Amino acid sequence: MSKHEITEPTTTGRLVGVVSNLVSIEVSGPVGQNEICYLQHDGLELMAEVIRVIGDIAQAQVFESTRGLKVGTPVRFTGRMLEITLGPGILSKKYDGLQNDLEKIPGLFLSRGVTSDPLDAEVRYDFEPLAAVGDKVRAASWLGRVKEGWIDHKIMVPFSLDGEFHIKSLVASGSYRIDDVIAVLTDRNGADVPVTMRQKWPVKKAITAFARKPRPAKILETGIRAIDTLNPMPEGGTGFIPGPFGCGKTVLQHAMSKNADADLIIITACGERANEVVEIFKEFPELDDPRTGRKLMERTTIVCNTSNMPVAAREASVYTGMTIAEYYRAMGLKVLLLADSTSRWAQALREMSNRLEELPGPDAFPMDLTAIISGFYARAGEVELYNGQTGSVTFIGTVSPAGGNLKEPVTESTRKAARCFYALSQKRADSKRYPAIDPLDSYSKYLEYPEFRETLDQIMQPGWAELVEQARDILRRSVEAADQISILGDDSVPLAYHEIFWKGELIDFSILQQDAFDEIDASTPLERQRYMLNFVMELCAMKFRFQHFEEVGSFFKQLINLLKQMNYSKYESDDFHKYEQQARQLAAERRELQEAGAAV
Amino acid sequence: MKKVYTRLTKITKATVTLRATDVGNEEMAIVDGRRAQVVRIYGDEVTLQIFAGTEGIATDARVTFLGHPPQLTVSDELAGRYLDAYGDPIDGKPPIEGKVVEIGGPTVNPVRRKQPSELIATGIAGIDLNNTLVTGQKIPFFADPDQPYNQVMAIVALRAEADRIILGGMGLTNDDAIYYRQVFENAGMQHRMTAFLNTTDNPPVERLLVPDMCLTAAEYFAVEKNEKVLVLLTDMTLFADALAIVSNKMDQIPSKDAMPGSLYSDLARIYEKAAQFPDGGSITIIAVTTLNDGDITHAIPDNTGYITEGQLFLRRDTSVGKVIIDPFRSLSRLKQIVIGKKTREDHPQVMNALVRLFADAANAKTKQENGFDLSRYDVRALEFAAEYSRELLAIDVNIDIVKMLDTGWRLMARHFEKAEIGIRQQLIDKYWPKHSFT
Repeated sequence: MSKHEITEPTTTGRLVGVVSNLVSIEVSGPVGQNEICYLQHDGLELMAEVIRVIGDIAQAQVFESTRGLKVGTPVRFTGRMLEITLGPGILSKKYDGLQNDLEKIPGLFLSRGVTSDPLDAEVRYDFEPLAAVGDKVRAASWLGRVKEGWIDHKIMVPFSLDGEFHIKSLVASGSYRIDDVIAVLTDRNGADVPVTMRQKWPVKKAITAFARKPRPAKILETGIRAIDTLNPMPEGGTGFIPGPFGCGKTVLQHAMSKNADADLIIITACGERANEVVEIFKEFPELDDPRTGRKLMERTTIVCNTSNMPVAAREASVYTGMTIAEYYRAMGLKVLLLADSTSRWAQALREMSNRLEELPGPDAFPMDLTAIISGFYARAGEVELYNGQTGSVTFIGTVSPAGGNLKEPVTESTRKAARCFYALSQKRADSKRYPAIDPLDSYSKYLEYPEFRETLDQIMQPGWAELVEQARDILRRSVEAADQISILGDDSVPLAYHEIFWKGELIDFSILQQDAFDEIDASTPLERQRYMLNFVMELCAMKFRFQHFEEVGSFFKQLINLLKQMNYSKYESDDFHKYEQQARQLAAERRELQEAGAAV
Repeated sequence: MKKVYTRLTKITKATVTLRATDVGNEEMAIVDGRRAQVVRIYGDEVTLQIFAGTEGIATDARVTFLGHPPQLTVSDELAGRYLDAYGDPIDGKPPIEGKVVEIGGPTVNPVRRKQPSELIATGIAGIDLNNTLVTGQKIPFFADPDQPYNQVMAIVALRAEADRIILGGMGLTNDDAIYYRQVFENAGMQHRMTAFLNTTDNPPVERLLVPDMCLTAAEYFAVEKNEKVLVLLTDMTLFADALAIVSNKMDQIPSKDAMPGSLYSDLARIYEKAAQFPDGGSITIIAVTTLNDGDITHAIPDNTGYITEGQLFLRRDTSVGKVIIDPFRSLSRLKQIVIGKKTREDHPQVMNALVRLFADAANAKTKQENGFDLSRYDVRALEFAAEYSRELLAIDVNIDIVKMLDTGWRLMARHFEKAEIGIRQQLIDKYWPKHSFT
């Protein structure tokens, strides 16, 4: 972490109590809520955040193990809230929840009190000005740009500067280090403010230096049919994925991070398994980004606070991820932020609330849980910058509901905050129908936005949302038919029940189910999704002849098999068309004669 | 000379409080000869958790602080030893000499971990075929108390080809402790194993130390000796119960199922010690979480499921009269790393197709139970399911993975048409048995 320069005498304190990771500190002077302080133990500085003040006792959550702490330990206060460092060099980094660069920390184990610089102070970047001396600027105005990997990283007026400034001087194109002064700004009173490529921002405050935040209307392609086709996510949208363990939340998030059409992906592994992060570390540098042809790692940044890392830093990790996402959004980039799992963050809040002996809310979670969650989701969105460009932060969080019960506080609070809901169903997971997104329980509220439907009409085809609605209707009727069949028995229901049941299965197997581990099926571009839905709906619109209910099942199984083979084949390849032709022929043979005649 | 305190101000069933100074958080202490640990300090008021319970402790008990957190002495002398929850011998042999280390040490830096990639073959198809295990993984058996989980775990340990086995017994019955000992001795493995035992006749709170003791020993062998270490923890439900006892005595507000709010973090701290290290050593954890009548929504299995890399369910399949590894509810999250890569290419698709067909049979069975006529497909699915259960899912199966895959194809070909199995055509062309079966 960065050094804190103390220019004026600040508050100090001494430790008077400790239970688990909560410490009580007797303070000598003023102390702020959420102020960062350092416990000076055994030659180490252990970082902590004030979370309650009573009289001259400040209570703080420690971001490290508190083993061995004794009464009397001196404490240094900083006068600042928890901040992270923003500047070129964030891309592709692997951070812990407090933005320490994990690669720079020596040794196999994470020793207590060891920190590292999140950026690379010695690296030189090629700076190119985007403004001129005399220009009027404000927070987030673009002063210049450097190449960070393949992206144009904008060097901006620090977000913390209030009001208007004039550029007094600006360096020429050339190579600079991030701590070199690249511009001097003059404020209204004539005072000079030097600006480098490094700035700091308190993570719990949203970065709001933009002109406006319109409703999201552009689709964000994820390559996952159950999302893009059925419940699309727009750029700047919010969504959540609740599901019991083993339903494929993490596989789904990884699939999104690999295939989503975003400029940057920020993955916050919040209180989850270390091996899942290791999987990203290993795979992403090897996998190609289908859009740019570069390696996936080049557009990915990971903030990881795995479940065995200190609990307080777990809470910080989601804010660190969001702040980085907002920073890149201010450069006009399309950012996808994924957090797995927000329940672990809520549990971290619960652990602290519990140690503070606050009166508990539902399931012992703090009473303000809903407000905290909705405040966090509100930071996502597409924004129009002051210079007319747009940037977006799309946020998708997973929720791990206790006992798989969606009527628990974290799921309920999140449902109020997020606009897309991707319900993972245990039943689908048990029968290996992946992704286990339930097509009927899930929703995308953005489909209610006329402007979003218009986009779909343009990108997909006119009337797209209506076609999807028809598919959903078939799925709904299929479930009803299945219920009737299981109540009344196979031969006590009309054949039409079997037909509609199997048409639902056809959509399920060929559109909803997708093999995340198959090279071709793993990601489906929008154009291919359009083609397949039209084909499947064309088949569903046909009426078929059947003598006996057993014929229905075996006919549709053959059809499903052919469509699955299509999904496994390269789009528009010979195989793809061969299987399509076979499916068409199979369907034609079964078609009701007069209806077939009428259709020609 | 260590200061001796002799005045307790508060005694609960699990903790005592006294006035003392210069005491460190998590420091060990001795209270009337019983071991204790600092769990709360406020000013000069110090609360200690007494592992053996406070029965008979009086307000004038002698308290001395040891100046260090819980420790274990590690060295190669751990081999073949039986120790208690404090790491002291219970096998009548002399104490272990070696390096003294704190238990519950720091976390492995995630960027220094390696991706687990070495398959652990057990010969049990319900594991190797459907839920393949990998070194560096952590996975529990979810089982009702009457199921033979200790036997299955012992089989896995014997076949796993680990360099080192560390057994952590928490609330283990004396009979089961003897069983494990016999199994390892009969297999000639005692020199490769170490056991930390808290049996049902030991105080329950002592169990809290057992996982950390096991994993500290495991880290010694995996990090310093680059060994493949397999840690067996049985039964983690009893460990969590002990956490709840302490939390309750400390007046903490309980969350779901009367468990402490920190249960997730407490369990994760243990399970996340499983790792593949860069120099070849690894720690693999196989645990047991006993369920109450199969209820996985209880806080203990629920939190465990979110931490571990899958879970293995045991179930008695009444139609074949055998204990099987339930293919629906069992899962190994790390199997994707090895199946079809370290094993034959058709592994992923065969595995999924078999389970899907088994699910069809389960639906047919429900239909049958509700008194409906079965379709011809249903009858075929049920016939398939019985053979699948007997030849692949049962825990008494011991064959290699190629044999498992061939058996899978044979069963599919015997009962189904090619179009019914939903497998990629190229694989069907290559592996569908050429001979017909009747």
